[in-house]
Amino acid sequence: MTKIIRKEALNDSIIRITISDQDIACHAKPGQFAILRVNSNGERIPLTIHNVNGNDVSFIYQIVGRSTYELSKLEVGDDIEDVCGPLGKPTEIDGVKKAIVIGGGAGSAIAYPIAKALKDKGADVTSILGFRNKDLIILEKEFSDVSKLYITTDDGSYGVHGLVTNVLKDLIEKDDYDSVYAIGPLIMMKYVALTTKDKNVKTIVSMNPIMVDGTGMCGGCRVSVDGKIRFACVDGPDFDGHKVDFDETIKRNNFYKAFEREDYDNVKHNCNLFKEVK
Amino acid sequence: MNNRVIMPTQDPNVRKNNFNEVALGYSKEDAIIEASRCLHCKAKPCVSGCPVNIDIPEFIQKIKEDNIDEASRIINEASLFGRICGRVCPQEHQCEAKCVRGIKGEAIAIGNLERFVSDNAHLIIPTPKKANGKKVAIVGSGPSGLACAYDLAKEGCSVTIYESLHATGGVLRYGIPEFRLPKAIVDDEVNKLKALNVNICTNKVVGKTIFMEELQRKYDAIYVASGAGLPKFMGIEGENLNGVYSANEFLTRINLMKSYEASPTPIYHARNVCVVGGGNVAMDAARCALRLNSENVYIVYRRSQKEMPARLEEIHHAQEEGIIFKMLTNPVKILGDDNFQVKGIECIKMELGAPDASGRRSPVEIKGSNFVLDVDCVIMALGNTPNPILTNSFPALQTEKHGCIVVNEEQKTSIDGIYAGGDIATGAATVILAMGAGKKAASSILNYLKTH
Repeated sequence: MTKIIRKEALNDSIIRITISDQDIACHAKPGQFAILRVNSNGERIPLTIHNVNGNDVSFIYQIVGRSTYELSKLEVGDDIEDVCGPLGKPTEIDGVKKAIVIGGGAGSAIAYPIAKALKDKGADVTSILGFRNKDLIILEKEFSDVSKLYITTDDGSYGVHGLVTNVLKDLIEKDDYDSVYAIGPLIMMKYVALTTKDKNVKTIVSMNPIMVDGTGMCGGCRVSVDGKIRFACVDGPDFDGHKVDFDETIKRNNFYKAFEREDYDNVKHNCNLFKEVK
Repeated sequence: MNNRVIMPTQDPNVRKNNFNEVALGYSKEDAIIEASRCLHCKAKPCVSGCPVNIDIPEFIQKIKEDNIDEASRIINEASLFGRICGRVCPQEHQCEAKCVRGIKGEAIAIGNLERFVSDNAHLIIPTPKKANGKKVAIVGSGPSGLACAYDLAKEGCSVTIYESLHATGGVLRYGIPEFRLPKAIVDDEVNKLKALNVNICTNKVVGKTIFMEELQRKYDAIYVASGAGLPKFMGIEGENLNGVYSANEFLTRINLMKSYEASPTPIYHARNVCVVGGGNVAMDAARCALRLNSENVYIVYRRSQKEMPARLEEIHHAQEEGIIFKMLTNPVKILGDDNFQVKGIECIKMELGAPDASGRRSPVEIKGSNFVLDVDCVIMALGNTPNPILTNSFPALQTEKHGCIVVNEEQKTSIDGIYAGGDIATGAATVILAMGAGKKAASSILNYLKTH
């Protein structure tokens, strides 16, 4: 059992929670994740570690299904059944002098510790964050503090009208960068990798396949990298974006969509019924 | 008297629709009749066949005398986990293989008797010796770690087990299905250790959450029993299609995450399933698939049934339930539809050639014998390799080329004070061999602690 010590909504569907866990706090590095189970019947969900401060460990998540919905119902002082981490390999940042960090939607939460770590190591960091519209923007101040920040919105309601790849293309045309880090929806990471491929800028993507144990045991999170099977939980989650088969992971991530949709609808429905009874 | 008392089981047509235990256990009458078949030979060959050397004729004698608690005490001297071993040990290759009765007729059903005693005796947890002030860390709460913890705690050591999953038991929890080993029994057995003041920390991945160097500073000795957790794939076309599982994933979703009940963890309910492999894990996966209401479940194995490494009882139970065995058959590629979903598996027929290094006749492809099985799910049960998280984070520990930790006959590793055993040292083996290694490690650790 792990208590939630802080909770704040960053927008309508994205929430930041903080727990206190000495083991995770002592050992976590940027790019690593943890596995959470919300309750005793809960599924194991991987969430990337957003920030560590003393023994405080925070996660930012978007409500996308039953488990994140149930997590969102827990308040400060409530217990999360299980938290296990840090897992996966840390993001490689050593020796990088000039980098672009790209976050898409809730992926910005995961991109933040990488931008911060690069900045702390003295790198010149430019960030590009993409959102559907102005209301969904998160972490603008945090990113501004550690990097030169561009924000794009799909509808043009804030910042640059368009996609992160529009800004990225301009930046790499004009200047040389050691590395590009991209975290967000698979389709975004795919197009980031395609954009940087021509100029052969090293591009690291953080893969988010379906996962069960997170310790290499089940192989459900396998991704094809350079034609070989790799497990995102132990070999990743970061991989060379120019070698990842994004289309395969996109299809694999759809495997349980129908079940998950129905399960989520049932839980929301029951929750509303419960409210009516009260 | 040449034949053993048959173990009652759930009717195959009923049990294939539920996850309740298949074998129902002996009644007291059954047990006494079976026990009375024991010849009590002086040499006790059965004991030498038991990896933890339970005094088998002694406990059988106590069954005859209707003294179940005393029989249980005798088993507990060697093993606390009779309820588990009585269910999952491959007795036909161990104690029962050595039974003199087996020369003319059937060996004594030692496993069934062990299960009867352990299920029915009053639980007596031995009082641990006075605390000796020594602290030992155990990595992994699978059979090997549990056995080691028991022997160390009994002798007065302060024992802490680090478990990476949210639940204890390792393969007993995530691998072996409820219908073969009810999870309530795993809970009971683990609780016995808690009664001996063994401290169990779940959600701690050694090599990630906490490092070996930290354990070395905090403890006087360490036993690494982190298991062989990494699934193998064949490397054939179509293995990443939706509907292809490793047996580990399929079984973990079912056994650990309870996806066959109301659970947020999904599992694919397939119409037709092909399980690839011939071990106990393949049998478990096939029989789980059947219980998810699949119409046809095939087991595809490249050798003949004689070479199958699975326990005889599991093969027998699987066949009774209607699993279709396709022997001397090997997958060539997995076929997918437009939605990236498995729609079939292409196989080739095999024949047995000359014996290979393992002494088994190696299978050779019969050219042109390819055919397609119409399935929408494929489960790869090809064995597991050691989980590299711990060894990668602690390269000082000597490993061999397959990633197993190198140990001597005392289970000692290349580093003073660190011992290892079970599947992380041997590669995938059996529950009881892992327990045997845990006990041997405990005895070596106790010796080591006398001078350290």
